[in-house]
Amino acid sequence: MNYYESKDLGRFAEVGKFKPELMEKFFSYYNDATGTDGALSKREKALIALAISHFKQCPYCIDAYTTASLEAGSNPDQMTEAIHVAAAMAAGMNLVHGVQMLNILEKSGA
Amino acid sequence: MRQNGLAIQNKFCFNKKLERINLELPPLAIETLQVNITLKCNQACLHCHVDSSPIRTEQMSKETIDKCLEILSDNPQIKNLDLTGGAPELNPHFDYIVIEAKKLLKHVMVRHNLTVTIDGDPTTNESKKYLPQFYADNSVEVISSLPYYQEYFTDKQRGKGVFVKSVESLKLLNHAGYGIDNTGLTLNLVYNPVGAYLPAAQESLEMDFKKELFEKFDIRFNNLYTITNMPIHRFKNQLERLGAYEEYMEKLVNAFNPSAAKGVMCRSLLSVSYDGKIYDCDFNQMLGLQVLNGKPMTVFNFDYQKLAGRQIIFDSHCFGCTAGSGSSCGGAISE
Repeated sequence: MNYYESKDLGRFAEVGKFKPELMEKFFSYYNDATGTDGALSKREKALIALAISHFKQCPYCIDAYTTASLEAGSNPDQMTEAIHVAAAMAAGMNLVHGVQMLNILEKSGA
Repeated sequence: MRQNGLAIQNKFCFNKKLERINLELPPLAIETLQVNITLKCNQACLHCHVDSSPIRTEQMSKETIDKCLEILSDNPQIKNLDLTGGAPELNPHFDYIVIEAKKLLKHVMVRHNLTVTIDGDPTTNESKKYLPQFYADNSVEVISSLPYYQEYFTDKQRGKGVFVKSVESLKLLNHAGYGIDNTGLTLNLVYNPVGAYLPAAQESLEMDFKKELFEKFDIRFNNLYTITNMPIHRFKNQLERLGAYEEYMEKLVNAFNPSAAKGVMCRSLLSVSYDGKIYDCDFNQMLGLQVLNGKPMTVFNFDYQKLAGRQIIFDSHCFGCTAGSGSSCGGAISE
C-alpha cells in the first residue's frame, strides 16, 4: 500500500464515517467557498485552489484542481502562471526571513 | 473478470438510469436531417468519433443524395439539412446538395473544419478556396470546430499547423461577411475539451473566445457551442490507452442532468450515413446502431410516421450528451 493512491480522492467523504456532522459542515462550507460563482468566478477560485494545492503540495488537490481549472475554462498558460504565483510567494516567504538573519547579524556585530 | 465487466456495463447503462428516474425520451417532430456525406477528411483528429482521415474513401453517391433531397422535399416539417463528414466538402456532390436544398428553402448547415479551405482535397489536390464565397452565396450556416483560441490545445487535438490554418480560414469567412453584423451570415464555432474532462460553461468560454480571437487576430464569429467528447472510437481508444476510460465514464454518469436529457438532439433529428442508413444520431451511426422499425430503416424506405414513432436506441455513450450542461450539435442544452 502507498500512502497516496489516486482512487483515495474519491473516498474523501468516508472521513465522515465517524463524527459525520463535522464532515457535513466542512463539505457545506467547502462547496460554498470553492464551487460557486460569487464575487470571484468559479474559474478564479479554481486557479487560487490550484496555486494553494502546489504550495501545500497536496497530490489529491493538484489532481482535482487541474481538472477543475480546465473544466472552468482555464488554459495551461493561466494554470502555470497560477502555480508560479504560489512558487514565488513561497520563495518570498523564505527570503523575507532573511531580514531576521540581517537583524541577528547586526546584533552580533557581524 | 466477466463479473467485473458486467458490473461496469450496469453502472454505465443509460436505459437503467432513465428507468431509475422515471424519465421517458420519445422522439419529437423530426426537424433536422443530418447527413454524413463522406468519411474522407483532410485532418485526422485525436478525438474524432467518425475515425475520419485522408485515407477514408466512403462517399455518399448522387443517387443517395437525390433520395435525401426527395425526403426534404416531401417532408416540409424537416426544416434543416445538417451536412457533416469527414469534411463534407470532399464529397464530389457537395455543391449540388447545398444548392438543391436551398432551392427547397431548407436551412442548410455545414460542419466545416476550416482547414479544408486552405488544404484542398488531400487526394486530388483540388482547391477549395471558393468555399467562403460559395457559403455566402447560398446563405449556409457555417459551424466550425476550433478546440481553443490558442495554438497549443488546437494543434494538440487536430494536428500540427491546424490553428494557423484555421485562423487564415476564419479571416476568409469574415471577409465573405460571416460573423459580421447585419450580413445575416452565421458563423458558429465549436469547442470540445482536448482531454478527459467536461467542457467549461458555454457562455463564459464564448466571451473568452470572442475577446481573444478579436484582439489577437481581428476575427469575429456569432456563437460558441461547447460539446462533450464522446467516449467512442478514437477518443475511447485514447482513454483506454491512458487507463482513463472508466474514470471518464464515471465523470459523465455523475454529471447526469435530467434537464439536458430532455433536450437531447436525437429526439428531433435523424442521422443518415453515406450509404443511406438511418440512425438516431451521428454517434449511433458510428456505432452501427441503425434504427430498426421491424426492418432496418434507410432513406430508400423512409417513412416519417414510422420514424416519428420509433424507439430511440440509447447506450452508455449517451451519458456524453446528458452530462453537466449537456451536449448537442448545437452546443450546451441547459444552463
